[in-house]
Amino acid sequence: MSSIAQSTQVPPVLTKPKLSPDDWVMRTLIIVAIIALFTVIVLPLYSMLAKSAENSAGEFIGLANFITYFNSPALFKSITNSLFVSGTSSITVLFLAFLYAYALTRTCMRCKAFFNIVALIPLLAPSLLSAISLVYVFGNQGIAKSWLFGESIYGPIGIIIGLVIWVFPSALMIIKTSLQTTDGRLYEAATAMRSTPLRTFLVVTLPGVKYGLISALFIVFTLTVTDFGVAKVIGGQYNVLATDLFKQVIGQQNFQMGAVVGIVLLFPAVLAFIADRYVQRKQVSLLSARSVPYTPKPSTIKDNLFFIYCTLVSAVLIGMLAMAAYASFVTFWPYDQSLSLTNYQFDLMDGGGWGAFTNSLRMALYTAVFGTLFIFGTAYLVEKCRGFKGARTIIQMFTLLPMAVPGMVLGLSYIFFFNAPNNPLNFLYGSMAIMVISCVVHFYTVSHITAVTALKQMDPEFESVGASLKVPLYKTFFRVTLPMCLPAVLDISTYLFTTAMTTVSAVIFLYSPDTQLASVAVLNMEGAGDIAPAAAMAMMIVLTSACVRLLHYFLTRGLRRKHLLWRTK
Amino acid sequence: MKMKFIPCKVKSALTSLSVAMLLAGSYQAQAATELTVYTALEADQLKMYSSSFEEEYPDIKINWVRDSTGIVTAKLLAEKENSRADVVWGLAGTSLLLLANEGMLEPYAPKGVEKLSPSFKDTSNPPTWTGMDAWVASICYNEIESKKLGLPKPTSWKDLLDPVYQGHLIMPNPGSSGTGFLDVSSWLQIFGEDEGWAFMDGLHKNIDRYTHSGSKPCKLAAAGEIPIGISYAYRAARLINKGAPLSVIVPTEGVGWDMEAGGIIKGTKNLAAAQKLMDFSVTVKANEMYNKSFAVLAIPGIAKPVKNFPPEITERMIDNDFAWAAANRSKILTEWNSRYNAKSEPKK
Repeated sequence: MSSIAQSTQVPPVLTKPKLSPDDWVMRTLIIVAIIALFTVIVLPLYSMLAKSAENSAGEFIGLANFITYFNSPALFKSITNSLFVSGTSSITVLFLAFLYAYALTRTCMRCKAFFNIVALIPLLAPSLLSAISLVYVFGNQGIAKSWLFGESIYGPIGIIIGLVIWVFPSALMIIKTSLQTTDGRLYEAATAMRSTPLRTFLVVTLPGVKYGLISALFIVFTLTVTDFGVAKVIGGQYNVLATDLFKQVIGQQNFQMGAVVGIVLLFPAVLAFIADRYVQRKQVSLLSARSVPYTPKPSTIKDNLFFIYCTLVSAVLIGMLAMAAYASFVTFWPYDQSLSLTNYQFDLMDGGGWGAFTNSLRMALYTAVFGTLFIFGTAYLVEKCRGFKGARTIIQMFTLLPMAVPGMVLGLSYIFFFNAPNNPLNFLYGSMAIMVISCVVHFYTVSHITAVTALKQMDPEFESVGASLKVPLYKTFFRVTLPMCLPAVLDISTYLFTTAMTTVSAVIFLYSPDTQLASVAVLNMEGAGDIAPAAAMAMMIVLTSACVRLLHYFLTRGLRRKHLLWRTK
Repeated sequence: MKMKFIPCKVKSALTSLSVAMLLAGSYQAQAATELTVYTALEADQLKMYSSSFEEEYPDIKINWVRDSTGIVTAKLLAEKENSRADVVWGLAGTSLLLLANEGMLEPYAPKGVEKLSPSFKDTSNPPTWTGMDAWVASICYNEIESKKLGLPKPTSWKDLLDPVYQGHLIMPNPGSSGTGFLDVSSWLQIFGEDEGWAFMDGLHKNIDRYTHSGSKPCKLAAAGEIPIGISYAYRAARLINKGAPLSVIVPTEGVGWDMEAGGIIKGTKNLAAAQKLMDFSVTVKANEMYNKSFAVLAIPGIAKPVKNFPPEITERMIDNDFAWAAANRSKILTEWNSRYNAKSEPKK
């Protein structure tokens, strides 16, 4: 009730007449949301920026740290290394995902539902899992070591393969969406003009998905350049920016240099983000009211070829999971191949034991619950508040910012901001709450966009009608808005839960002895050489996320059947 | 009118999310004193250590913060102004010396401290730190994989310079691992600075990669990922007991070692409980517990041999100059980093 008092005390920002109590509530809440977002996004980033210009005694030294950084060849080499592995893996994954997406949307291949699900496997696990599997497959004791022709998997090859597997679903989803939104009439026209299939592909299909591809490229590039799980496990001595950041901060507690690497790491991400925004603005809707959905025609050769291709890709994805699952049960790789549950005795190993797993569950649950509440609530305020444009624009800006900030950089900035002794929020440091906040912020943008999209689909008339009938806002919200947006709410909470469960980067700098997490345990156990237990813990994460996804699937299906009949035409 | 504000109540719940989560996060806090203990002990030892301490002092609960030696040290130094740790228990002696030099340790003479060997406690009175046991560098040699690759069994450090081992050696990064640091500091002491760095230059050519943790090289050797790992004797003995096809090699030139030690962090809010932990750490009972993993103990004359622990190791332990190692730690690490940090980097 305290905020009631608050709401009446806040001085009016705009003095336009006829503001209903509902408007006041909304405006107050918008201001609260702005303060909250400012505190958890802008201030920490600022403190990191400040840290990068300090020496270890805390004195301002300008750009000296940056000069030191760019003058140390080993650190500088990491930049080119990062660009190389990210560039190579982004282009590779784009190519692979395009073919896969094409098969799913433009052919009459069999088992599409199956291929659709399999492609999502890497989303269920931390990026570490694909790297751990690679160790078992191509490592010195790996089952297929000879396939590498004497090359070592520990290095750029391993990083690239690991990254490609890990970001495959992200690329696929974007490309698939853009392939789906094509006007079938264009193909009818092409056929009528007797265009060859190749020509049709080049002048109709590719231009149609151009922006989707570019968008996917940027997102995949950001993901790969900022991921450090894969490089940590299988990078060997091949340093990349993300592992440098980890080494500077965790390995040497050199926070100033860590801040410098953090800012360097911020660059490609921010550039990719700006470019993506620019491209999206150029994107013109290909669909109009008169569009005809494209329906692929069966073609034996084409369908079978793509079926074979998708089977191969699926085999790799399933194999990745199966390899880790199998290895997690092997007693002592490679000398004692008997199967046992030895590796699941987490309490005897580094990383926090089973407690880490339950902590992860709790953290993911809090992230899902509080994150969804906050994100959906804020999105609602932004979409439905009348007037107050400036404040709403600020929120829009804040919600886009996290997309461009890598998880590790966010976590690092949280150390600087929240662990400062004079920060009144200092008590959050080392708590579960700070990790929840970090996860919510890290995954804010996607969730926010989901919420806004769902809210935009609703006719604004609902609120107007409600208001004119003197139905209080909360009633409209709970009786109309929320039920109609329930699928989106479920999407957001599932997304937040699974990403919080699997993320390493957003929490690696923030966990404390009481709040060890499963994903961090995977990293730490692997770091201590306990690779099989690391695989075992990763399997627990996979299992959990898979269960949550299944639950989400059934809930959504049930909802669509029961409550959302209004949507089906 | 009141009804209209209900959504705001909902939202206020949401904006006070941190409060709710805090409650959820701190539900464990209860009457017993909780000691935050920073440690670099092996994870599989922690449970035994805390339960045997909590058996004696049921009103004190240990919360471990465990990581590699270098990391725990760096963490302690970084948190100097606002330390989260109450006690350090099971960290390299060199690191405790460093903390003592920084004035971060609260001097305290645990009950029974007089029983410890003189080299296992700080010379000032009351001492700022007390030793527990010593851990000793060794080479983990995988018999099966080495045979496959035709690698001869090395007997000395210098043997490892043979090009035959190229790409078949692995060692911990001294920046993050205490074992890695004691290797480097012992080579500099055994061979002298110039020859020591020359030795490492040669070794670097054969090293496949440097690991973050000190036990990982031995675990990787045990798993056959690499035939030879530079690690420490206790880990090797443990893995052999678990069935790994390893043998422990104690190089003839002598091996570096460091003690594990403990101390109280200055400014702890739980001083009384911290002192109890230090009392416990020098008891015979605690030493017998250390003996499960270490062959050399702080209290002389009570050590029982550890299974598969190389017996010749005690006479090959070098006369380690801890003060020198602690004083030069940062300089050595900077030099090491500039020489070997990026394995892929061409040498200057």
